Amino acid sequence: MLEFVLERGNYWAIIGLMMIGLYTLFSATNLIKKLVGLSVFQTSIILFYISLSRIDGGTAPILYGGDAKGHGGGHGEEAAGHGAAAGADAAHGAADATHGAADAAHAAANHGMEHIYSNPLPHVLMLTAIVVGVATLAVGLAIVVRIREAYGTIESDEVRAMDLEVARAEYAVDHPDEAPAS
Amino acid sequence: MMEWILQIAPVWAEAHAPALLILLPLLAGPLSAFLPGGGRVAWMLTMLVTALCTLISLILLAQVQSVEGGAIISYAMGGWAPPYGIEFRIDALNVLVLLLVSVIAFLTSIFSWPTVQSEIADGKRAMFYGAFQVCFMGLLGVAATGDAFNLFVFLELSSIATYVLVALGSGRDRRALPAAINYLLMGTIGASFYVVGVGFLYAATGTLNMADLAIQLQDVGGNRAVQVGFAFILVGLGLKAAMFPLHQWLPNAYAYSPSFVTAFLAATATKVAIYAMIRFLFSVFSLEFAFEGMSLALILAPMGIAAMLACSFQAIFQADIRRTLAYSSVAQVGYMLLGISLGTAAGVSAGMFHLVNHALMKGALFMAMGGVILTYQGTRIHDFAGLGRSAPWTMTAFAIAALSLIGVPLTAGFQSKFALVSALLDSGWWWAALIVVFSSVLAVIYMGRILEAVFFRAPNNPHKQHKEAPLLILLPLWVLAIANIWIGVNGNFVYGLARDAASALFIGGVS
Repeated sequence: MLEFVLERGNYWAIIGLMMIGLYTLFSATNLIKKLVGLSVFQTSIILFYISLSRIDGGTAPILYGGDAKGHGGGHGEEAAGHGAAAGADAAHGAADATHGAADAAHAAANHGMEHIYSNPLPHVLMLTAIVVGVATLAVGLAIVVRIREAYGTIESDEVRAMDLEVARAEYAVDHPDEAPAS
Repeated sequence: MMEWILQIAPVWAEAHAPALLILLPLLAGPLSAFLPGGGRVAWMLTMLVTALCTLISLILLAQVQSVEGGAIISYAMGGWAPPYGIEFRIDALNVLVLLLVSVIAFLTSIFSWPTVQSEIADGKRAMFYGAFQVCFMGLLGVAATGDAFNLFVFLELSSIATYVLVALGSGRDRRALPAAINYLLMGTIGASFYVVGVGFLYAATGTLNMADLAIQLQDVGGNRAVQVGFAFILVGLGLKAAMFPLHQWLPNAYAYSPSFVTAFLAATATKVAIYAMIRFLFSVFSLEFAFEGMSLALILAPMGIAAMLACSFQAIFQADIRRTLAYSSVAQVGYMLLGISLGTAAGVSAGMFHLVNHALMKGALFMAMGGVILTYQGTRIHDFAGLGRSAPWTMTAFAIAALSLIGVPLTAGFQSKFALVSALLDSGWWWAALIVVFSSVLAVIYMGRILEAVFFRAPNNPHKQHKEAPLLILLPLWVLAIANIWIGVNGNFVYGLARDAASALFIGGVS
């Protein structure tokens, strides 16, 4: 049982980070702190994907040694067919490399390669997710700046209180006959 | 029936229609952000792009319908063959969503100019239209893509643009800003949950292509990782679709954003998220998984019913008409979820039919709201008193859409509610059918309250002169209002599309 827990230390860390992020997001009243919480939450997801891609004994997914010469072992014949040396045909080489990488996603170890590589696809996905996260954070911060300009505060409960006052005033205009609640 | 489109359309447009649909707004969006002319040129470009996208959607519809039972168009982005490359996959289900989004975008962008002129500052209008086109592109992308991670990217593209658009309502009311940041926080949590879910599915299957996922999941079966992934995806998309009780971001976002944005979002944004949910429920996962059947019966159906009741009640007590309509939107999402939760072809087609009809009626209602905001600057029931006499054309269209929302016979709302009730009765859920009827009674109350003020109460201000919304607003408004009546009288065309969509899911829609 203890082994089961310890073996998955990375996932526990990710779950911890995720909860810290979500808790900050929900409990903080300061809008900037809320955005910080959101960022922590998103970062935990990035770590989650990266740990998924890790394979025991795997190295960075850049072909080297014998694998690089053959454009990835599984495609030895294909590569030999068009005159092996790496870089001879740039376009084709790139295509083969990507194909090899995609195969690695399914089963890196038993693909006739000399070395074991980590799965590169989650890394690529997370590059996109990082960009999306940065854009979201930028828009969020910009809106917080505008809130500061419009309300003079970045505390969400103070903003809510001001909005409630406006709503009460509107209600009083609509219902002039009702006595105001003390 | 639509072959003539294929005959006129040029060959290149037919071959690359799925890519063009996304590329046009993607390229025109940033371009229009920098166009001079105080936004007028950007507005024209937006109309052009949305019109072209509507044409492309029609081409896609004709292509899908050219084969008996619905063709599946698979477009490999950049020539990278699926399942490794990103695939755009158009079938009878998402072609309906694509057509809906582009038609609504076209109509609302015609409508937009007078309201944008009055609500958005001079220097921001071109940027505003740029953001709108990015949002539009994202929604189309979500509907068109066949790749689970690509769907996330498009979802976030459209959402980020939406946060900007909502925040721009601050020119009229500063409450748009807190609404936008709340929407941003909730929306990002939703999208992040979705990504976590996709991560679990990827860990279990090693693929991101939806069609490939469906096949691989059959082999993997319902292991724990797949179940967790399913739960994360359901909650994430539920947040985006404003599934009760995850709808808290919606009322304020709809109430304070610019009229144009409200009209467009109310008719499209949640609909696209519901489409994505349907896609995952029935196409990627299938009813063979025991946990899915349980979640349909124990989560979607109760949440749908709770939305229909709770949000209809809340709609009754709103003073601001835009908030009434926003709460009613959440309630209507409840109808769609209830239809989906039946898990039958009849249920899903009723849900899709209601999805289209609701887009048409809410689009019309919010456009009429936009007209009133423009002419009288008021959004509360008080401001609407007596408008039936001073703005008869705007208010008649508003009334038609309101009756459709209630579900009066001879309107679109009646047709889809009828389809929903008969699907419920087919499955023996007579109690749910009763709740649908009861919730329609609540709709009579909250819409009737507004209609009573509009047509039977004396104007608040006796000096209110005769002021109709400009022609640019009336034209698309009446197109939608007439569409509501047309579907109500002869619903076969749209209902046929919805039925095709559902059958694409249930008969061999996977491979």
